Amino acid sequence: MVRNLAMLVGAAFVAVLAWSLFWTVKGQITEPAAVTVEATEFHKHPKALALPSDGWFGKYDKRQLQRGFQVYQEVCAACHSIRLVAFRDLKEIGYNDAQVKAIAKGWKIPQPSINPETGEVATRPSVPADHFPAPFANETAARAANNNALPPDLSLMTKARHGGAAYVYSILTGYEPQSKELLKAFPDVATPQGLHANPYFPTMNIAMAQQLTTDGQVTYMDGTKPTVDQMAKDVSAFMVWTAEPELESRHTAGFAVAIFLLIFCFLAWGAYQNVWRDVKH
Amino acid sequence: MSFPWAKHYAPTNPLMKWVDERLPLPRFVYNAVGAGYPVPRNLNYFWNFGVLAGAALAIQIVTGIVLAMHFAANAGVAFDSVEHIMRDVNGGWFLRYAHATGASMFFVVVYIHIFRGLYYGSYKAPREMVWLLGVVIFLLMMATAFMGYVLPWGQMSFWGAQVITGFFSAIPGIGDTIRVWLLGGYAPGDATLNRFFSLHYLLPFVIAAVIILHIWALHIPGSSNPTGVEVKGEQDTVPFHPYYTAKDGMGLGVFLLIFALLLFFAPNYLGHPDNYIPANSLSTPAHIVPEWYFWPFYAILRAFSSNFILDAKLWGVLAMFGSILLLFFLPWLDSSPVRSANYRPVYRTFFWILVVDILILGWCGGSAATPFYAMLSQICAAYYFAHFLIIIPIISRAERPRPLPNSITEAVLSKHGGTSPAQTAPAAE
Repeated sequence: MVRNLAMLVGAAFVAVLAWSLFWTVKGQITEPAAVTVEATEFHKHPKALALPSDGWFGKYDKRQLQRGFQVYQEVCAACHSIRLVAFRDLKEIGYNDAQVKAIAKGWKIPQPSINPETGEVATRPSVPADHFPAPFANETAARAANNNALPPDLSLMTKARHGGAAYVYSILTGYEPQSKELLKAFPDVATPQGLHANPYFPTMNIAMAQQLTTDGQVTYMDGTKPTVDQMAKDVSAFMVWTAEPELESRHTAGFAVAIFLLIFCFLAWGAYQNVWRDVKH
Repeated sequence: MSFPWAKHYAPTNPLMKWVDERLPLPRFVYNAVGAGYPVPRNLNYFWNFGVLAGAALAIQIVTGIVLAMHFAANAGVAFDSVEHIMRDVNGGWFLRYAHATGASMFFVVVYIHIFRGLYYGSYKAPREMVWLLGVVIFLLMMATAFMGYVLPWGQMSFWGAQVITGFFSAIPGIGDTIRVWLLGGYAPGDATLNRFFSLHYLLPFVIAAVIILHIWALHIPGSSNPTGVEVKGEQDTVPFHPYYTAKDGMGLGVFLLIFALLLFFAPNYLGHPDNYIPANSLSTPAHIVPEWYFWPFYAILRAFSSNFILDAKLWGVLAMFGSILLLFFLPWLDSSPVRSANYRPVYRTFFWILVVDILILGWCGGSAATPFYAMLSQICAAYYFAHFLIIIPIISRAERPRPLPNSITEAVLSKHGGTSPAQTAPAAE
């Protein structure tokens, strides 16, 4: 009884699936689905980017993070927030207390506050305990100032995009004019007014204009030559840190745990062999 | 409840004697997972996974309770409270990554545990109740995992909740009413997040309770084994402790090692980047995909794309739930008296086809819904239903199984050359 009923139900599901399959195949033949530009080679995968934080032994290069922070401060911070990061966190990338205090105090964007006398909306200089203030008061203000585009918060950027840091690096260095072949194959993706062609962006056009344009745009304190490529690399490395400040301690703890567990496995294997030595199984 | 030769708890320590006379809890543990539970001597490594699933649940509960101390179930601050855990709580990143990757590890071991049961016919008489309770645990796990994924309130959390609760709107007539009732609103919001948090905290303890029933039901007939031949005598078994505690200890070590490598070196490998973008009801992600452990079922849902008497969406929802609910009938669909696929050549072939079929379904479920993946999932979903509802009932009658060994001991000894009939499992001490 159960089996006969089951076969009936099974036959019903198989029949409906065959019906769906028939229509899918027919649809493919009569009106094949249009290929999206994202599925073609016109849309490029992120460039290869090697950072010291990559891999199992990955560690941050603090000088690189400081350079990346400088690029963020002088270029990105005008539009992009890193609202999850606090000034005090900068101690992790090698700044001392006094430097952090100075950076917070001198930060160009003021910290929203209230007037302690009147309770009215006011601003004050930041202190190390503050998170980085956002360049715009709210989404509406951000869109109003950016041609209706919203510059995303960068705190988690490398974890929030496929490709991670390589994606950030590729967007920053990937601006290029659209080729004739692309425009012929996909006339729809021709760059509209106010957008900028970038084949690393899913829709092929990004609202952000090219920001890293000339070598020497930022003057590095440590003597590193600030080429566009170098600045893009450094700020991408900095983005990895803002997204994963725990990365180094995670790797260190990982090795300690793995070694402990390897010893545990070895001992457990020995115990297993010992207990079972007289029993065939 | 056990074999006549099972050892009895005989405490020598006066304190344990005192406790045992008043509350025989030590005796209960001794009989459940101690020397008082005789287990077939020939269990292979696939029998480790029940214990591993229990360990995974314990890890989820412990990390989850601590996370709940720092998490705020409010749509306005949930995302930031998770980042607060990641950045400002001592060891918070460890707890949260352990909980997130721990969910994946839990599903990995449970899926292997389920396939072990399918291969070795563990669902057959007299162990049907063990299997039924196992399917209940699996359903509870899926509900718990789904609601847990909503809590960080990222884009995939929000849109996953939107899609999954949307299933209920496929029910004719009252569907939309049910959906609004489940969500506590017209779209996922504060009410949804709060109730999901409450249930996400509750269900693991329900799972723990059903696990107790699962083990209780298992201990009535005792564990099955790779030959599928029942225990005939004392020489077929060894006491659970120390034999299987030692073996499970080693299994646990390997499990934790793999878990640790995932947790510390690739914690976001199995996650989706979009969930690091705060939930936004005005921006739909390009591809909404659930977590990997739901992919095969998601593929089955999407495979139904044409109306056939009923709405295609309703077919998809019925099939998706049906694909799990049919497991409840498996003990009666498979009427073959032989349990282990080792002695069922035809069943074994179809078992491996099913494994490949489900892997392909998983691949389709995780990919974008292009016509290619749609066709592939339609074929594979059809096989899935045909396998359980048509092929198994037929082959369980038509197949001629290979001869079974007379006993577990005979099977073990023939594997080792069978030269020493004196070899038996050691008696008590």
